[in-house]
Amino acid sequence: MRTFRTIKVDCLARVEGEGALRIRLRGDQVQDVRLEIFEPPRLFEAFLRGRHFSEAADITARICGICPIAYQMSAVHALERALGVTIDPAVRALRRLFYCGEWIESHALHVFLLHAPDFLGYQDALEMARDHRALVEQALRIKKTGNRLVALMGGREIHPVSAAVGGFYRVPAKRELATLVEDLKWARDAALSAARRVAGFEFPDFEQDYECVALSHPDEYPFNEGRLVSSRGLDIDPAEFEDHFVERQVPYSNALHAQLRQRASYLVGPVARFNLNFSKLPEVARQAAEDCGLRAPCRNPFRSIVVRAIEIVFACEEALRLIAAYEPPAKPRVEVSPRAGSGAAITEAPRGILYHRYEVDERGLIRAAKIVPPTSQNQKTIEEDLRRLAPQLLALSEEEMTWRCEQAVRNYDPCISCATHFLKLNLEREQA
Amino acid sequence: MIIGIGTHTGGDDQAGLLVAHRLRELSVEAVDYSGELLRLIDLWEGADKVILVDAMRSGGPPGTIRVIEWPGVPFAGDQLPVSTHGLGLFEVLSLAAELERLPQRVTIYGIEGKEFEPGSSPSPEVLASVEELAQRLAREVSGCTNPA
Repeated sequence: MRTFRTIKVDCLARVEGEGALRIRLRGDQVQDVRLEIFEPPRLFEAFLRGRHFSEAADITARICGICPIAYQMSAVHALERALGVTIDPAVRALRRLFYCGEWIESHALHVFLLHAPDFLGYQDALEMARDHRALVEQALRIKKTGNRLVALMGGREIHPVSAAVGGFYRVPAKRELATLVEDLKWARDAALSAARRVAGFEFPDFEQDYECVALSHPDEYPFNEGRLVSSRGLDIDPAEFEDHFVERQVPYSNALHAQLRQRASYLVGPVARFNLNFSKLPEVARQAAEDCGLRAPCRNPFRSIVVRAIEIVFACEEALRLIAAYEPPAKPRVEVSPRAGSGAAITEAPRGILYHRYEVDERGLIRAAKIVPPTSQNQKTIEEDLRRLAPQLLALSEEEMTWRCEQAVRNYDPCISCATHFLKLNLEREQA
Repeated sequence: MIIGIGTHTGGDDQAGLLVAHRLRELSVEAVDYSGELLRLIDLWEGADKVILVDAMRSGGPPGTIRVIEWPGVPFAGDQLPVSTHGLGLFEVLSLAAELERLPQRVTIYGIEGKEFEPGSSPSPEVLASVEELAQRLAREVSGCTNPA
């Protein structure tokens, strides 16, 4: 007997694509777990060929409607390496600020509107809003703070694209940033109380010994810079990413699974960052983590919701710090002369490390691009979680089991991308 | 306020974006939006009326234009997102209504698409309907038959 469940993952009009979560059981044995996620970043690699390097940030920002800043950041940093460009320290600070906005936005959306309903026993945010209106209103307000920051930095309300190779097209004035301070303080305090609330949820007793992979910087909780490290001893310059990570075409999926050459699956994202960079969090966030009973290393993926809440606290605090210290750079961006070259960079998108590499020719046109998003890197890990989780759920009804599996996938907030896409859950039970 | 919704890479899923773009060419104010949809709640804040344009898949002939006045929408309830990208338009409208953050009047125009394959171009039927709908909305707005 088969159970099918259609999970809609996007807007009004969608085609039934390749996406599926397939769990095959025989009796009480899990035979197979397959997560298929369509990968539009591959498409964009093709779009980028022949385009001028100055267009890359704008083009790649369209890969993800929730994390366009992440794509802009990885793109400009990679191209700056390819073209031998050094940015002004004030620009560096602004880029961190830009990223703070996106983290706040993305995490608030995920924690409260996607994941909290699971823990509170609601079908979705709408149902939850009927009983917890204040919580939802608060979440939207936190999210809006992030939106405002991004919009202000990005120069346009709807499609902020300000990141340029060499700097920004436009930098904000001190007084503009000052208008955000009250909101950010409110958001930080709201995030603190929300973190405590979320920490009180009931978490399934489930742990995995992940190899966590994240950026690491001597002084900062990472955004745009650092070495790439893991909890099992990896420590490399981002430029060496492809020497250590390989992508394998998976026969049942459109996507490529990224794997560590030596050790296969790994974890990227908030939990990985938290585990590897806990000591770099500002005091208020570290204290909040402790108050929430979070300790590094966190091995329970369901607690990622708490980690995200802590990262919202961090992002608000960091934004306030950057705004207070901000002095506009002498020039928004430096002149960039085209030259043939190749460069790679990794930045920490809300969901984890995002790798970009570009080859440009002497005219500055892109000859090749490679984009490895965080979700494809977590794909194998998600499957492994489910493979280990499914046997624990066998006593549940089909509906309950399906929902728990979906909840486990939601730990990762996979970027299925704003490409048209349905995700179907197929639960196949074979006779033993 | 007119908002065209869609994605840039999904073939006919560009329909809403193209309508907004065309409206601007016709000197009518319209916004094209391709990000996550909860932001719409902030975008339409303060507007008494909003028109949303999006591509649609309802089984009809490609290019069909359908008008839906909220809340009369055929919302299929058994659909749960596994990611933030799963918060679709109907979910957002329902949530906004629950929070009393929906304009008084919400009209949704859907253009039936047939080609959503990523990287594909919009189909001729959809392009024709984009033009037709843009002209129609431009007339509506300039004729002031629907005061904002």
